Amino acid sequence: MSGNCLHYHYVVPGDDFTQAGMASSAVKQILKQLGLDPQIVRRMSISLYEGEINMVIHAGGGEIDVGIDDEEITAVLTDQGPGIEDIELAMQDGWSTATEQVRGLGFGAGMGLPNMKKYSDDLKIDTIVGAGTTVTIKVKINNSKTE
Amino acid sequence: MLLSEIQNILDAELLVGENMLGTDVRAACGSDMMSDVLAFVKDQAVLITGLLNQQAIRTAAMMDMVCVVFVRGKRPDSDILEIARESGIAVMTTTHRMFTACGLLYQAGLNGGLKIR
Repeated sequence: MSGNCLHYHYVVPGDDFTQAGMASSAVKQILKQLGLDPQIVRRMSISLYEGEINMVIHAGGGEIDVGIDDEEITAVLTDQGPGIEDIELAMQDGWSTATEQVRGLGFGAGMGLPNMKKYSDDLKIDTIVGAGTTVTIKVKINNSKTE
Repeated sequence: MLLSEIQNILDAELLVGENMLGTDVRAACGSDMMSDVLAFVKDQAVLITGLLNQQAIRTAAMMDMVCVVFVRGKRPDSDILEIARESGIAVMTTTHRMFTACGLLYQAGLNGGLKIR
């Protein structure tokens, strides 16, 4: 971290799927206003949106903290949900514990975590079964990978 | 292909985005599964979907798409349209089914983007 640093905090309600994505939309707007490269904005937005949807679907909501400095954008998603029993399995394309109801809403294809990894420069998942999960997503502003 | 041409080809009703009808797009995707849109869309600018909820618009916005077309005569409510306005996304509804809507646009020269693999 160096130079200027901006912080934003969002509470993600867990009981209202229609609200899911509001925080990600707000962050996307901020990143655009900062004049960051559209590819960087897009990659951070998609990763964060996937994470936010996961929070609502699996964890009953949570909180998102976003930090932006000269080098990178960092989003920390914290929930007190059930945790992830087998991260390796959860990272596999197409593996999902989502209910039929969630699939009916257009999600739960098992692409969330793989997608977050694909679009971010760094993805860290700390999880305790029965206690919750903290996901940290980083997208570098310079020297970022390309899609 | 201009959004106005898409509207004509699909005989669609424009619900949001009068000012966007002159926008030129090259590729589209059709899906009810937003997870797949987030995973596989790259440069497709139009989402054709039968999924009627806020996330259809939010997903399109995250992917920098410019238009969402609801098929099978589905009509989004005012909350969904408001998100589209805020996100700068044009919204149309057509009575065509998904397969027909995609086929008509493909036949008229709109493509589906690069192959996945």
